[in-house]
Amino acid sequence: MKKTVFLGALTVAGLAAGAAAAGTLDDVKARGKLNCGVTTGLVGFAAPDANGEWHGFDVAVCRAVAAAVLGDPTAVEFVPTTGKTRFTALGSGEVDMLARNTTWTLSRDVDLKFTFVGINYYDGQGFMVPKALGVSSAKELNGATVCIQTGTTTELNLADFFRKNNISYEPVPIETNAEGQQQYLAGACDTYTTDISGLAATRATFENPADHVVLPEVVSKEPLGPLVRHGDDEWADVTRWTLNALIAAEEMGITSANVKEMASAPGSNPEINRILGTEGNLGEMLGLSADWAVNAISAGGNYGEIFARNIGENTPIGLARGLNAQWTDGGLLYSPPFR
Amino acid sequence: MSEVSYVRTEILPERDPPVIATGLIGWMRENLFSGWFNSALTILSLTFVVMLLDGILPWIFSPTWHATSLGECREILRGMGREGHYPGACWGVIRDRWVQLLFGFYPSELYWRPIMAFLLLGVALAPVLFSDRVPRKLLWFSAVYPFLFPWLLWGGSIWVPLSALAGFVIGWFVFRAADARAGGLAGIVAGVLAALVWWLLLSGYVVQGLDAILPIGIEAVQSRNFGGFMLSVTIGVVAIACSLPIGIVLALGRQSDLLIVKALCVGFIEFIRGVPLITLLFVASTLLNIFMPPGTNFDIILRVIIMATLFASAYMAEVVRGGLAALPQGQYEGADSLGLDYWQAQRLVIMPQALKISIPGIVSTFIGLFKDTTLVSIIGLLDPLGLSNAIRADSDWNGIVWELYGFIALLFFVVCFAMSRYSMYLERKLNTGHR
Amino acid sequence: MATVSEPPKEAFRLSQLIYDTRYRSMTIQIVALVAFLILIGWLISNTAQNLADLGKEPSFRFLGESAGYDINQRLIDYNNQDSHMRAAVVGILNTLLVAILGCATATILGVIIGVARLSKNWLVGRLMTIYVEIFRNVPVLLWIVFIMAILIETLPPPNAFRGDDPDATMKLFDTVAITNRGVYIPDPVFGADAKDEKGEFLEEPVGWRVGLGDFPIGASRDNPACESYYATEGPGAGEPAASCGTFQVSLDLLLVLAVLVSGFYASHRIKRRADRIQEATGLRPVTWYLRLGVVVLPFAITLWALGFYFAYPELRGFNFQGGTHMRNSLIALWLALSLYTAAFIAEIVRAGILAISHGQTEAAAALGLRPKRIMNLVILPQALRVIIPPLISMWLNLTKNSSLAIAVGYMDITGTLMGITLNQTGRELETVLLGMLIYLTISLIISAVMNWYNRSVKLVER
Repeated sequence: MKKTVFLGALTVAGLAAGAAAAGTLDDVKARGKLNCGVTTGLVGFAAPDANGEWHGFDVAVCRAVAAAVLGDPTAVEFVPTTGKTRFTALGSGEVDMLARNTTWTLSRDVDLKFTFVGINYYDGQGFMVPKALGVSSAKELNGATVCIQTGTTTELNLADFFRKNNISYEPVPIETNAEGQQQYLAGACDTYTTDISGLAATRATFENPADHVVLPEVVSKEPLGPLVRHGDDEWADVTRWTLNALIAAEEMGITSANVKEMASAPGSNPEINRILGTEGNLGEMLGLSADWAVNAISAGGNYGEIFARNIGENTPIGLARGLNAQWTDGGLLYSPPFR
Repeated sequence: MSEVSYVRTEILPERDPPVIATGLIGWMRENLFSGWFNSALTILSLTFVVMLLDGILPWIFSPTWHATSLGECREILRGMGREGHYPGACWGVIRDRWVQLLFGFYPSELYWRPIMAFLLLGVALAPVLFSDRVPRKLLWFSAVYPFLFPWLLWGGSIWVPLSALAGFVIGWFVFRAADARAGGLAGIVAGVLAALVWWLLLSGYVVQGLDAILPIGIEAVQSRNFGGFMLSVTIGVVAIACSLPIGIVLALGRQSDLLIVKALCVGFIEFIRGVPLITLLFVASTLLNIFMPPGTNFDIILRVIIMATLFASAYMAEVVRGGLAALPQGQYEGADSLGLDYWQAQRLVIMPQALKISIPGIVSTFIGLFKDTTLVSIIGLLDPLGLSNAIRADSDWNGIVWELYGFIALLFFVVCFAMSRYSMYLERKLNTGHR
Repeated sequence: MATVSEPPKEAFRLSQLIYDTRYRSMTIQIVALVAFLILIGWLISNTAQNLADLGKEPSFRFLGESAGYDINQRLIDYNNQDSHMRAAVVGILNTLLVAILGCATATILGVIIGVARLSKNWLVGRLMTIYVEIFRNVPVLLWIVFIMAILIETLPPPNAFRGDDPDATMKLFDTVAITNRGVYIPDPVFGADAKDEKGEFLEEPVGWRVGLGDFPIGASRDNPACESYYATEGPGAGEPAASCGTFQVSLDLLLVLAVLVSGFYASHRIKRRADRIQEATGLRPVTWYLRLGVVVLPFAITLWALGFYFAYPELRGFNFQGGTHMRNSLIALWLALSLYTAAFIAEIVRAGILAISHGQTEAAAALGLRPKRIMNLVILPQALRVIIPPLISMWLNLTKNSSLAIAVGYMDITGTLMGITLNQTGRELETVLLGMLIYLTISLIISAVMNWYNRSVKLVER
């Protein structure tokens, strides 16, 4: 008799869930919502607040894409994913894009059949140790107990680093950053290794951050970026150029405060005009409205604003721009031209 | 005869028992200090209890209810002069997040819907659970409730649950019609076929049509927004409700004389019972979409519910089998002697009794499944345990451990304890009925 | 006169398939089988189609590839250059380890608690009831993370053992170190004359008690790790290095076990002989010292001859070195599973004891048995028959629940094969199906063995 609980629910789901076969862009438009995969919770990058609103650096990318495609930065369903479920969620079409501090590697790009659309954060793996330990280089960590998050590239890098330097270690695998922090603070591991941004974010929330240092060695390159399914180039273009628009906006001085004003009439800088849709038809080429970039930028500001608000130096996390500064400031952020 | 003067003729007045054998002291001698072993045990246990309370109570009583971040909690406690590793609990996190822990991301203006759904669940279950105290008329409500429940939680058009209900009605009438002409088995086959045809082929168009003519409905809520304790309850209730009919079929199959049917049922039951739930959840999170035709896409909560249903139905089958085995053989023979065929016997004689005996087992299967719903946090769903990780990722509450675990444990304890008490009450009631 | 009439011969009609009870069951079965096969075929074709769309051909080749990650707790040697397959085996062994430890502890605890719940001592009875209710009604996953948090937060880190006036000290005469990274206990080592007190090989053996060493199965001369095994001199000559061979067998341990088993057998023979004498003459010869002697003496002599000693843990560098390291993740999982399952077993034991009629107790008391002996000799043996079947399913549950190891980072089969290997290779289908198959095999073996035991117990009674 009670089978229909399931059938009823299934019908509802059938109405809600779209098929993955058609172009993702059309799907998203038809659905009126962007399904965006994020982490289950990482300070500064993605976490829900008391009202269930998601905030963070990765979340802002999702919102920008939603704003560009649908004109509404709140038209996003955030799907929390773990290290294990993220690729399946994307591969099976459950989410349209993944903005979940995921490292761009060859095997993920090629073997797992995903397309990385760009890099929104240049990171690297580092080690954090208590000052009291008296360690100044990761090479002195022979025999140390290392807390490490599983399901990431981190553990492979770690194994490589210790093998290369011919020293031993004891890995303590942990599932979430919160657990890693707990174990590290209690002294259950000598050092905590993850991406340096994560280390900084974790350290910032300690009672006495000054008692801990991040060691100078960066043992790997971790270019983190949003990714989409392989083979849907149209959708990949949309996400790629939304990200580029955010980066270019900072370079050109377009902010959430002045974007409306700049977009109201063509200005003197032709590239700004092209980005903001007052000149040319870039939006149309992408299959979006002319003001797509205006929407994306007004969703959360340009790249610099997003960075400053979520993880920048004035937040508790306090990350410096470093590699993530614009190329004009000596960083690596370099958007291809909008032309 | 000589006078026997040393025999007392009147009865002595009753005396109180000695002080050490009555009252508190007597009770303590009897129950706590009878012999050296018991005395040692008592003292040992008392020491343990006192030490435990001494460690925990000061931590629990901490005036941090209104704090808005862990830092503020630490300030408050430092202001009180409490230092050290565990100066006190930080209850601000519970005040800030308890609603989220209960309802997840369900839209706050619609909280009445899950609350009502679960209240009505109690009403719908009452005639089953307390059959002697509640009027049987309410059973009608119980029959309709399975269609009401998903509608309240997920929302959407009223026609969807109604058309699902219509499937049963159609199936029933076709069964009655075919039963009269072609006999029991053909009736059942025809009824099931008619219902399937209705659900799979026709109902979609009918719902669309009705919706276009008369759009009645409430706001639809995606299952992605389900979270917290509500998610656990939803998965538990839906999975148990759906697993009951499957479990009955499996149990009958396992008991049947048909070799192939029996082998299939046994194989399914043993397979499901032989693997941990977490692997089934991995299937839900990573494989189920691969098994479905290309282009199908359930959201993750439905996939979890599907796997939880399969999981529960294997256990349910064993519970029902236990109920069937507990029925005296005479019941089967009696039904046969009345000339009932297999399905009539099952429907009218065997199942009503077997299911009644099985209720305690069903309740404990539910408790088990309900507790196991915490496993969904491992595949990234935000049940209470998963939410606790998300909350700890908020920079205000980064570093909180015990308060959240304690609160979640308390929630589960209250619900599971109440249910296990009910199941024990029922067992006692059923026992007296049968002996 | 009764006439036996043949049923009228009729030509077979198609409708008989449904209406004739002789054929109907066959029809139903064939329909069920066909439906089942169609379902399976449908699932497989969907899967093939989907995988082709994703461009992932199902293949188990990844099992032979180098895993690339490290595992902290391993019962056989493993390093990050070994294959995913070997990582999976390490995981299986870890699963079995925690399952066996957990089942043993849970059973012992459960029996004690179940008996204590029926205790006449009011306080003890109440405490045990509270224990059972609290543990039964809170999810086991919560207990696992909870106990892990307790271990991490309340025990001292190795750092606290450092310095002249340390905050923490080693327990039990400086042999056991309890830290929040786990418990370090003394490690039994053979070959006292060839090794130093930390278990490392000396340059030259100082005596003849060097032990038998380990035998590497599948060793080859090509493997550089086996160099010392084939060498004839130098420190540790004849001893394989850790990664030599597929796995290694400790010959010392085998010999010790053999001596122990034969000792018990001899003891058993002595008992049988005493029984025979008692039956024949009515007098039982005093044999306890003989029986003790044949077990203990050869055992002690063998241990001495093999150079048995304990290597104690010692704080060196970042961690304690030497000794056996029982990691926190293992202890938390083991404790949580044992405590949780013990609550259920206690209920089973209590129900089993209550199922024995009170007359048994009274009869035993009338025979003059003391309460403890009544429990041991009369009640428990009878209760066992009621207890064993549900106990088996509790053990199965515990084994399956050990898959929650992933929550505390214990590297069991869920953590290796269905965890890191799945993540690194992206082979969801293969890894998850293989993992399920492994669990299924373990479960089926346990229930087969236990059902066999259950039947053999049943035969003895009544």
